[in-house]
Amino acid sequence: MDAVRALIRRKITGLKLLGVPVLGLCADLLIGAGCVSEVHSSAVSLGEAGLAPRFTDAAERADITVVDYTCPAVHTALQATEKGVPYMPLRGVLGSDLVGAHADWQVAQNPFAGGADPILLVAAIAPDVALFHARWADEAGNVWVGRRRELATIAHAARHTYVTVEEFRAGDMLEDELLAPGVIGSTYVSGTARAERGAWPLGVAGVYGIDDTHLAMYAKAARTREGFEQYLREFVWQERKSSLPA
Amino acid sequence: MARAQELLACLIARLIADARHVAVGAASPIPATACELLRAQGRPLRITRLHKRHGNPFSEGSRELFDLAGQGRIDYFFLGGAQLDGDANINLVRAAGRRFPGSFGSAFMYFTCRTILLREEHSPRVLVPRVEFVSAPGWSPPDVVRRGGPVALVTGKALFRWQPEKRRFRLESVHPGHTAAEVREATGFEYDAGTVGETAPPTAPELELLRGPVAVAIGSDYPEFARRVWS
Repeated sequence: MDAVRALIRRKITGLKLLGVPVLGLCADLLIGAGCVSEVHSSAVSLGEAGLAPRFTDAAERADITVVDYTCPAVHTALQATEKGVPYMPLRGVLGSDLVGAHADWQVAQNPFAGGADPILLVAAIAPDVALFHARWADEAGNVWVGRRRELATIAHAARHTYVTVEEFRAGDMLEDELLAPGVIGSTYVSGTARAERGAWPLGVAGVYGIDDTHLAMYAKAARTREGFEQYLREFVWQERKSSLPA
Repeated sequence: MARAQELLACLIARLIADARHVAVGAASPIPATACELLRAQGRPLRITRLHKRHGNPFSEGSRELFDLAGQGRIDYFFLGGAQLDGDANINLVRAAGRRFPGSFGSAFMYFTCRTILLREEHSPRVLVPRVEFVSAPGWSPPDVVRRGGPVALVTGKALFRWQPEKRRFRLESVHPGHTAAEVREATGFEYDAGTVGETAPPTAPELELLRGPVAVAIGSDYPEFARRVWS
């Protein structure tokens, strides 16, 4: 979240966002602030706080291009890049209107089946940038994401990976057998920065929870353009004193 | 006297009584209640609750639910939709100029799991002749590998059974306080209706479990729902 607020302050534009597999508050803020031209996702919502209001408004006005996915298709497309192959198959999905909207999905016959067996082929996606917040980075340049292994897949598939972290640790987490399964190795990490409580108002498992009150307040405020602009003035345009500069 | 949500939970529990492993998505308190009722009745049921703040059942991240379903390990899933039609197609994307969050995993889960469709609102706005966008199709041609699909549609007024050989719903029962004529008027698609019964209300033992251990189990993940139904 801190990184996203910093991007807004830099007035970035023309972003193409890929939700892995869904998008939420980060996307809604970027869309409302005019930073986004295209959204690729299986869903955009604020979860228990309801619809993502700036996304909904921009989509209904066609201010942004929206390309709809179903969750496993996003994972599959990234896993194809992760494996260094041009596409991977996925069951299901055939007959959905999602297929017709994707030039990068094709229907082919399973070459190993006896008879007709159509299956969806999903083209590999290689994002320019993976951006996420994690608990730890270490001196060796590794980051720890625990069981959020989809973040490892994004990092493997993306050209550059930037991670904000709660805390820096000495040493090399890959030397610790208990920590290693949750690590993304330094090979994949382009840069890290400290951002204590950097996920707020979202949470970091085991450290702090989601600020539901704040999310509900945002969901209500952002229903209108004026309310959203007021939210940006209060929570985005001013850097929080507890963050290091972006 | 059972509350509406209790009736729906009991009904769903009976529909999925043979399950060994059920996945329950976010914002699904009634299916979660049905699963907890089966557990409270002593059935050995594994419940994979998605988006739980505690007790995350996965070690491989957000792709694992889909891999699990793709391996055939999930017996039942639940889906709703902004729109549903008589072919059991589901629309989670757009209707009448309005944009909804999106299809989530529906286009995959509908193929890999037996699915209970649940929509409390039973109206021509929701149950339409044809969905505006097919997030997930109700049925597939015979050459498409598809282990799962619709089993039943549960609404606040009625229970429909999906008839796979006819590719059409059949109205099986109408909930207490509602009529078959009312259902016909509130449903925008065609369906079969032979002898239509009344949905059996929860039994006294079911209500005792719902208002006891089930309410406690549900209260931690769905505090608002538990408050509305049981306090």
